[in-house]
Amino acid sequence: MIVELGHFALILALLLALLQASLPLVGAARAHLGWMAVGQSTAMAQFGLVALAFAALVHAYVTSDFSVANVAENSHSAKPLLYKITGVWGNHEGSMLLWVLILSLFGAAVAWFGDNLPPALQARVLAVQGMIGAGFLLFILLTSDPFKRLAPAPLDGHGLNPILQDPGLAFHPPFLYLGYVGFSVAFAFAVAALIEGRVDAAWARWVRPWTLAAWCALTVGIAMGSWWAYYTLGWGGWWFWDPVENASFMPWLVGTALLHSAIVVEKRDALKSWTILLAIVTFSLSLVGTFLVRSGVLTSVHAFAVDPARGIFILLLLLVAIGGSLTLYAVRAPALKGGGLFAPVSREGALVLNNLLLTTAAATVFLGTLYPLFLDAVGGPKLSVGFPFFNRTFVPLMVPALIAVAAGPLLAWKRGDLLGALQRLWLAFAAVIAVAAVGLYLTRGGPVLAVLGLALAAWVCVGALSEWAERVKLFRAPLPESWRRALSLPRAAHGMTLAHLGLAVAVAGIAASAFENERIEVLHQGEALPIAAYVLHLDGVAKAEGPNYSADRATITVSRGGEPVAVMHPEKRFFPVQQMPTSMTAIHTNLLADLYVALGDSDGSGGWTVRAYWKPLVPWIWLGAVLMALGGLVSLSDRRWRVGIAARRARAAPAAEPAAE
Amino acid sequence: MTRKRRRLLAVLTGLVMLGVATALVLLAFNDNLVFFYSPSDLKTKHVAEGRRIRIGGLVAPASVTRDGKSIAFRITDGESAVPVTYSGVVPDLFREGQGVVVEGRLDGAGLVRADSVLAKHDENYMPREVVDALKKSGRWQEGSKTR
Repeated sequence: MIVELGHFALILALLLALLQASLPLVGAARAHLGWMAVGQSTAMAQFGLVALAFAALVHAYVTSDFSVANVAENSHSAKPLLYKITGVWGNHEGSMLLWVLILSLFGAAVAWFGDNLPPALQARVLAVQGMIGAGFLLFILLTSDPFKRLAPAPLDGHGLNPILQDPGLAFHPPFLYLGYVGFSVAFAFAVAALIEGRVDAAWARWVRPWTLAAWCALTVGIAMGSWWAYYTLGWGGWWFWDPVENASFMPWLVGTALLHSAIVVEKRDALKSWTILLAIVTFSLSLVGTFLVRSGVLTSVHAFAVDPARGIFILLLLLVAIGGSLTLYAVRAPALKGGGLFAPVSREGALVLNNLLLTTAAATVFLGTLYPLFLDAVGGPKLSVGFPFFNRTFVPLMVPALIAVAAGPLLAWKRGDLLGALQRLWLAFAAVIAVAAVGLYLTRGGPVLAVLGLALAAWVCVGALSEWAERVKLFRAPLPESWRRALSLPRAAHGMTLAHLGLAVAVAGIAASAFENERIEVLHQGEALPIAAYVLHLDGVAKAEGPNYSADRATITVSRGGEPVAVMHPEKRFFPVQQMPTSMTAIHTNLLADLYVALGDSDGSGGWTVRAYWKPLVPWIWLGAVLMALGGLVSLSDRRWRVGIAARRARAAPAAEPAAE
Repeated sequence: MTRKRRRLLAVLTGLVMLGVATALVLLAFNDNLVFFYSPSDLKTKHVAEGRRIRIGGLVAPASVTRDGKSIAFRITDGESAVPVTYSGVVPDLFREGQGVVVEGRLDGAGLVRADSVLAKHDENYMPREVVDALKKSGRWQEGSKTR
């Protein structure tokens, strides 16, 4: 009964989405306020209905209603409650429902918080959101209905893939989707602006917070996925340049560019059509990512089902969304001319450089990801593009971007003084030289590039800090004065410093991975394995029972210089429902380095393969990502972006005039 | 600077970036593309010694031997089989009869020295390359292993 209600709610939501996609658009064209207002109420009602459908599915999972095909295929009565709930999006149908739920959430948020938007702009934005929603709701109802019933209900379900039964992964998809789908708002704003034919500083102020929010969520989502891969797969790797990872990384790269170019539109009224294009491309790449992961063209843990009908439907959706918006762009963008002039060496110039590098890097990732698929599709040889390709294309493009990160914020708008900016970066230069000298000395004959990477991280870090120190006149004015200045600095400035610091921290973590140590040995009880400054001592392997698995659990005492430091318990688990083994690695961290131990197979005569890594600075990779997201949140809390203020300003200032000159 | 010159400059910078990216991609493509072969392919096509390749198929029954931390096995597509050695921990789902893809280099004696072994995360799931390799050798039964 509840399940049928959910299905019914989904159909109603589709009808409302169709209404939302059409009426407000007509209303905006004819300046009919009543019709425009339809967008707000339908957006909120649509969210309510999709939430109802989602709740119905969650209910079916929690109560283990195996008469629902989706539940029977992906859940099991013996599963812990947390994984019963997260299992809802651990499969194709459920994850698409989550996608639409988040989309309708953003739609409702635009309707709720966007009270002060010009009604026509809001109506158009909501209409575009309605179109996307209609497309995806149709997709769910026609090809991936999560509410399908099974004629004789099975006694128990197949269970969720054990490798997905993990707290880190449980919340990876919602964050990733918050990011992907959040960019739909920027996209909707871009398309609405193209329809209206005008982009101004106020427009950028409305778009920036949505983009920021989506970007923060995507950053966290990607970091979670990488963290999960690191500690569950037992290989110690945290990024594999796997196509599904790239699918989430490309929107992140272009989204980062969008974030920066929107600043130029807001502050200087320039780069308008470029920003619009970036907004379209960012969301398009999110759609491509969904397509790649969901259609089954890629094989990975993410590819739940291979159903050609779905692939074709998503491909059609892509063609309409991307093709349509780009065509609109081609027709309307020339009308968006105008804006402030700036010299190549200026804050704007630095942001353009950032944009060019980020989009070029995204393009190389795109090529490396899609080339094998393309070749396969036209009947060419099968091949894969791995690590070395991305290291040799992506990394060289990121180096100049990182160098520019420190200098850019020190340049003035319009016309900057590069020499002056570099002089103000003397401390950063000193840090680079110090890190490089100490690093090269300590790692004589070691990886030189990794040391240079660390020096680059120091450059970004000290550069960001100097810029902040200069703004608050740290040590140049009395401390209370600096404190007062820090308090009155806009939150966005603190946010930028924090995010750039996060970037530096992450770069340091990535560069330092070249210094890791790896040991693989077969150990018997009582034997020891030295690694880095530690000695691992295998005390024994015992059987252990989990809620829905049984495990071989090793007890390993870690000592350093004879002193015991930690006891680690790597496990090898076996899930009887799926007849599938998984490994549970043990990680001991002091935030400067991880000691990482995975238990391999038994050799049958009391020996166990033990794989141990010592990974310096590796936690910094995720710490950096968290700092970046935190920077985004701080920036998001900047009161200048509260929509009301933006709107009042727009009404008062001449910025609201049509941009076309 | 006039608007025209500014635009020209932007376009030029964009083109330079594009050029750099193309050069990087072509350079990297040159020796970083890893081609996939089935065991039968390996017999019929000439593969240069020392070139990175991927091979996919099933782990031949009764072919797995372990020696300390190194492991030797054969990969078969039902027609021919290739011997593989690997040093390290194999994935959880590695077992005889299971579909795997290995990446490594061919040595002079026709032995593949693998530096990575991929077995996928789901017992029902078979790497796409393996399915195609089995289809080519006629050993694939439709519907037997997909879901």
